[in-house]
Amino acid sequence: MVVEELSAKQLCDKIIAREISSVEVIKAIFKRIERFDSIIGAYISTFEEQALTKAQEIDEKIADGRSVGKLAGVPIAIKDNMCATFGSTTCASKILANFQAPYNATVVEKLLAADAVLIGKANMDEFAMGSSTETSALKKTVNPWDNSRVPGGSSGGAAAAVAAGLCFAALGSDTGGSIRQPASFCGVVGLKPTYGRVSRYGLVAYGSSLDQIGPITQNVSDCALMLNVIVGHDPADSTSVDERTAPVCDYLGQLDETVKNLKIAIVPQFNAGADQKVRDSLDEAIAIYKNLGVQIVEVEMPHLNYAIAAYYVIATAEASSNLARYDGVHYGHRTQSPQDYVEVYSKSREEGFGKEVKRRIMLGTYALSSGYYDAYYLKALKVRNLIRGDFTKVFETCDCIMMPVAPTTAFKIGEKINDPLTMYLSDIYTIAANLAGVPAISIPCGFDDRNLPIGLQILAPAFEEHKLMRIARMFESKTDWHKKKPPILE
Amino acid sequence: MSDLGYKVVVGLEIHVQLCTKSKMFCGCAVEFGAAPNSKVCPVCLGMPGVLPVMNKQAIEYAVLTAFALNCKVAEFTKWDRKSYYYPDLPKNYQISQYDLPLGAEGFIEIQLGQGTSKKIRIRRVHLEEDAGKNLHTAGNYSQVDLNRTGTPLLEIVTEPDMNSPAEVRVLAIELQRIVRYLGVSEADMQKGHMRFEPNVNLAVTRGGTEYKTPIVEVKNLNSFRALEKSIEYEIGRQLDEFLETGRLMEMGNKSTRGWDDVQEVTVLQREKEEAHDYRYFPDPDLVPVTFNQNWLNDIKSHLCEQPLKKQMRYVREYKLSDYDAGVLTAERSRAEFFEEAVREGGDPKRICNIITQDLLKLANEKGCGVAELGVPAKEVANLAQMVVMGDISASSSTLVIEEMVETQQPSQLIVEEHDLIQKSDAGELEQIVDLVLAENPKAIEDVTSDGKKSKKARGFLLGQVMQKTKGQANPKVVSEILDRKLR
Repeated sequence: MVVEELSAKQLCDKIIAREISSVEVIKAIFKRIERFDSIIGAYISTFEEQALTKAQEIDEKIADGRSVGKLAGVPIAIKDNMCATFGSTTCASKILANFQAPYNATVVEKLLAADAVLIGKANMDEFAMGSSTETSALKKTVNPWDNSRVPGGSSGGAAAAVAAGLCFAALGSDTGGSIRQPASFCGVVGLKPTYGRVSRYGLVAYGSSLDQIGPITQNVSDCALMLNVIVGHDPADSTSVDERTAPVCDYLGQLDETVKNLKIAIVPQFNAGADQKVRDSLDEAIAIYKNLGVQIVEVEMPHLNYAIAAYYVIATAEASSNLARYDGVHYGHRTQSPQDYVEVYSKSREEGFGKEVKRRIMLGTYALSSGYYDAYYLKALKVRNLIRGDFTKVFETCDCIMMPVAPTTAFKIGEKINDPLTMYLSDIYTIAANLAGVPAISIPCGFDDRNLPIGLQILAPAFEEHKLMRIARMFESKTDWHKKKPPILE
Repeated sequence: MSDLGYKVVVGLEIHVQLCTKSKMFCGCAVEFGAAPNSKVCPVCLGMPGVLPVMNKQAIEYAVLTAFALNCKVAEFTKWDRKSYYYPDLPKNYQISQYDLPLGAEGFIEIQLGQGTSKKIRIRRVHLEEDAGKNLHTAGNYSQVDLNRTGTPLLEIVTEPDMNSPAEVRVLAIELQRIVRYLGVSEADMQKGHMRFEPNVNLAVTRGGTEYKTPIVEVKNLNSFRALEKSIEYEIGRQLDEFLETGRLMEMGNKSTRGWDDVQEVTVLQREKEEAHDYRYFPDPDLVPVTFNQNWLNDIKSHLCEQPLKKQMRYVREYKLSDYDAGVLTAERSRAEFFEEAVREGGDPKRICNIITQDLLKLANEKGCGVAELGVPAKEVANLAQMVVMGDISASSSTLVIEEMVETQQPSQLIVEEHDLIQKSDAGELEQIVDLVLAENPKAIEDVTSDGKKSKKARGFLLGQVMQKTKGQANPKVVSEILDRKLR
């Protein structure tokens, strides 16, 4: 049996059915990591020993006929901005390079409770600030489809690991597209759930009102399986939603039910900025839905054009405050021989943070400064409300919205890193979902001329992940894009 | 310059530590004096990835206090981050309330002289988390203790309505009494539960013109004495400075001074109010707080009678002296004990005497409250009645109280055991009086004479009766008999 050709769900079923042992799986996956990760660079750290111990426990449980969790034996990677007591939690930053978290994030607890095997922490843009994983201070990750190209970001390590078969599923975090864009660049599935659906407790904050943890998987079924494990209210996160107002579902159980009388909204004007091949793929995807008898409605969302501007004010403002704690006083990097306590702060931060992080801290600090608050932060919040309004209006008549994930396919390493504005523009299609708090998924929908994957983005009303994934599954069941593997696998 | 005059103007910021079991945004215990950094968790340490969760009890205490301070309580409030870098603040921002404080536009009534009172307006009341403590011990380094980090702190800001150091002191003490009554804070000054920051300046009048001196904020005072003394000092200092330099209050020239407890002087800390930009913005980790009317009403129903109101009522209703009423209302449990005894049917004045003279002395000796001595209020009422009815003497009542505290026996039993019942039977006492009169013809003579001599002789005869009855004769009854016999 070729383990790496299985999906997470298939793997779990086989482990439970004792067709394969969890220990064998872990050994196989680490062999693969050893072989390929020196090229891909997906992981900042891996935990083979702990993984084997956990795998053994799971095998014993199964052998004893005891019940096991929904992800029994599935090797999973998590982005290195989620706290776990094993290994370090670095956020790909020098300032936290040796930071050992004293607690587990809620999602980590949930994965462990579901008997998943955490095999490593994935590379990312420093503090999730970036769209290419190039701002990582600790590691370089390449796109498995083309090693000269970026995997996208900021959850680039996680997406690359799933695409290259270096894990069976992963958790990323998405503040402005950081799950969906790398999923698109790497040809895998990535879901940003509704804000408040998944606990943020233990996710190192970037933009607190935008951050959301979500799965990166090989296909929509695995995505539903992962979501089943991580959703739910968390008393430790005041912004996680009460399940009485927004009940959670069995996302996997109803996945294959097609959505009746489906009405899809498209925003033609907004898509004009995307590459021709990206637009063509979107059109082809829409055509497939049309063939299923779905109604397509052209809509206008006039405020989406302001999404990037609003996002880079709100996210950086929150970041400037969230990252204030990295000061060399209590934990993390501390400068050598400071002259006084002010230097402990200034030098530790100067040495510990990378360029992009500093840029965003300064942007955010400026936006919150007295005299500028109203002109920037407050105005951005107003724009955010208008964007929410655009979504509300569309969802009054349509079930979902479809648009590209990114204007381009994976770009060259180094191509945009010195041009932050161009880099920021690559988030143009993903940011709105974060500002509005709605769920959005990226699923593979084609390839460009260079054999680089293209993603289709589907956005749904808040807390309608069940419908969102069923709509995604309708497409997936009619296409083979998600089954394509990067050449590295051959 | 004989026409020189001045008025001192003081506004006060008060920080009150609430006595919740756990901290404002995490489950750590609020505990004074624990080993450094032993009452901490990832949340109050500001570790990466942690999130705050609001303490409902703290909100309840804060709202209750806002009501007690006659504030308008907001139906919608929120949390804001206040950014500044300091080693005792692990997140480098403090979760506080900026533009929508939980309470606003209230007042505290304080008593000035006999019968006069003054309303000091409250500008705002808001809730925030306390910082830790930087310990500047020996050596060229400092240490940080984060046990206090995240303790719920109520900030109360008054309008500049106070015009003397004594007024400020009275307000501070009244506030302490209020929060203790409400049970929202131990308000123990020694543990830093209450900290004061007065803003002081003078309105100097000279030649019919008024001049305002620059405002000085005195930081972090933690005793009533320091509060009063520092303002007294500032009056003199600011007057001198004005006469010397003529500097006046203007935008941005507020300075900050510290209080030197040993020298009893204020010391300059920051000359000009630095352009402090705290970059307040709503904390995205916490949801806004909306209070529904039912909940607010429920909190309001927990309000007790305010201590000053109580004090004034005691004077009015029970004809107690203001001093006694003040002693009784200094602590809520003491006042409640008093009221319970009154409800049990005792004479208020007599009960007041028993509490303020006997019980308070014993309570102080034991280091507890009057209500915790183990003497039921009903027994105090009984005892008071025995004294009023003349069954026992006032001095015996002290004995009975001491015995009750000691043995926890009912007063009746103690009175009987010690044979303290006064002889009030007129017939029996008349025989004794007759006997005494027969034995002391000289005294009778003196009584019929005038002035001092008569009074003395009368006292002597009464004393003789008391002696013969071993002090158990009711002096009132004996007096009446003597009066009758000697008329």
